[in-house]
Amino acid sequence: MVTSASSSNESLLEVQDLKTHLFLKRGVVRAVDGVSFDLAGGETLGLIGESGSGKTMTGLSLLGLPPKPAGRIVAGSIRLGGTELVGMGEEELAADVRGSRIAMISQDPMTSLNPVFTVGSQVAAPIRAHVADGNSRGAALDMAVRELDRVRVPSASARARDYPHQFSGGMRQRVVAAMAIACQPEVLIADEPTSALDVTIQVQLMDLIERIQGDTGAGLLFITHDLGVAASLCHRIAVMYAGRIVELAEVEALYRDPRHPYSQGLLASVPRLGQRKRLTSIPGNPPNPLSLPTGCAFHPRCPHATEQCRNEAPPEVTLNDGDTLSRRVACWLEA
Amino acid sequence: MTALLELEDVACHFRVPGGLVRAVDGVSLQVQKGETYALVGESGCGKSTLAKTILRLHPLVAGTIRFDGEDVAAMRGADAKRYRSRVQAVFQDPYSSLNPRLRVRTILAEPLRAHGVARADIAPRVDRVLGLVGLPASSATLYPHEFSGGQRQRIAIARALILEPDLVVLDEPISALDVSIRAQILSLLEKLQQELGLTYLLIAHDLALVEYAADKVAVMYLGEIVETGPVEPLFEAPKHPYTQTLLAAVPHPDPTAPRASADIRGEVASALTPPSGCRFHPRCPSCLPICNQHAPKTVTVAPTHTVACHLHD
Repeated sequence: MVTSASSSNESLLEVQDLKTHLFLKRGVVRAVDGVSFDLAGGETLGLIGESGSGKTMTGLSLLGLPPKPAGRIVAGSIRLGGTELVGMGEEELAADVRGSRIAMISQDPMTSLNPVFTVGSQVAAPIRAHVADGNSRGAALDMAVRELDRVRVPSASARARDYPHQFSGGMRQRVVAAMAIACQPEVLIADEPTSALDVTIQVQLMDLIERIQGDTGAGLLFITHDLGVAASLCHRIAVMYAGRIVELAEVEALYRDPRHPYSQGLLASVPRLGQRKRLTSIPGNPPNPLSLPTGCAFHPRCPHATEQCRNEAPPEVTLNDGDTLSRRVACWLEA
Repeated sequence: MTALLELEDVACHFRVPGGLVRAVDGVSLQVQKGETYALVGESGCGKSTLAKTILRLHPLVAGTIRFDGEDVAAMRGADAKRYRSRVQAVFQDPYSSLNPRLRVRTILAEPLRAHGVARADIAPRVDRVLGLVGLPASSATLYPHEFSGGQRQRIAIARALILEPDLVVLDEPISALDVSIRAQILSLLEKLQQELGLTYLLIAHDLALVEYAADKVAVMYLGEIVETGPVEPLFEAPKHPYTQTLLAAVPHPDPTAPRASADIRGEVASALTPPSGCRFHPRCPSCLPICNQHAPKTVTVAPTHTVACHLHD
């Protein structure tokens, strides 16, 4: 299987205690509430969790794009190769980071492409904006065709003149991937890139994403709710619940021996091919983001909750998973 | 034993500006009382169209649908109305399948009113069905937006059950729900099936879910059934190359498991211009010369296990 890339001292991306809140009329949603992780070049870190757990908001925060006007990064630090991104001006972010050093493949290839421009011109747009020798229209288009070829769009030079509606869902997602890698980003964020696709197309796209990463050596932040997809693509996985990372571990260790009760619940609740084992469900419902439970946000659904869990948020503790690997768990059971 | 639902050569076509879409084209299957019968396939294979045809929401172009021995297409008036009370549906997205402007009480009472249930009986039946799906009676006074996704799906299930149907069509009943909620709704559906003796027609794209929840399965490709049979033997030894491909493409929630793979070319063809011969032949890893000439016949490979493929002729 995959070998974990070194993530100790040469982190490409370091996120420290990131807090992104949404200031709504009805109250404050602490969408991302103290998230820390790092990502090395060539590494794939999975961000898994349910809708509303803050995984997409974490991705958007890295791009400096929390939803306007309600969303704001209120605390924390995002360091990309030594450059601090939190507090950087919008112009600088747009010119030097977004689309060039950090790029995103979004979930829905229907809405992430503009229906009135050709596919070639859309893939060329980030090249014209960011790549020095790509600022002539013709040169950028040539480079765009190369990128389309790289994501295996058949007869790329002819297809570059087509519009998004002339592509199938799987091909459109390849175009979105070509746009994202056009400027050789150091960090690639993929937000549920395969969940709108059928399984046979999903497999092709997973192979493609892995190959792109191998070619470019980019660090990949892979956002998904699909435990199967995460298992086959990621080196490490961060499990998010109510804006926090409740467990972060190397992938095999997490699936073999999940330590946080939420991770345990998730893994026990998915049907698996070849085992008609009874499923155990997590009781209750995901919390209302406007009024999160006190203490540990998972306590109302946790089979092990104690008085302490109701009153105090658990600290993050680091556990050893063998000699070199460590995992982080935020649960009073491990504290 | 006669089947509760019996389909024979069922077709559903749509005329569109570009021609004729053969969404469902000659489907035959039998669903026995009390079982869960799953229809699987990728988007565009016709599984939802087939379900809607069974629900009489799409016109039947050819073939016969028999329910409890009666010809569904021939039903008129009171018979048709009774059919609608005996066959109900739960749809994928509980955010769009419930009217946001009606209280839960009104949503649940609507089918009862439509079927002429006496006014005095309505409130107790609403209470009872809410209990059945695990919601407090106080939910009746609330609006859909006051519930989470899983609770909304419980309301949709309650609405489907309130007329005490025999057959419930479950069209992707858990795929729009949060992962932690899916198992809850699945076990609720299981419990209801046992308690009420329901028959389920389950439309799903998730094969692990089908293996978990269904007794029998029909695999569809471009409007046709390519393989049917009891879930366990069929998933253990799939005969049709498409079923094999689908099963191999499922990513396992286990990092030590072999990586999902797809020995498959290209994408599903358009139902406007389905390929000649076997509709799967342009993508098939084991295509024979005959495959683009003649459509394969459906053959029985084991009791109740059928496949339509020239490799098994």
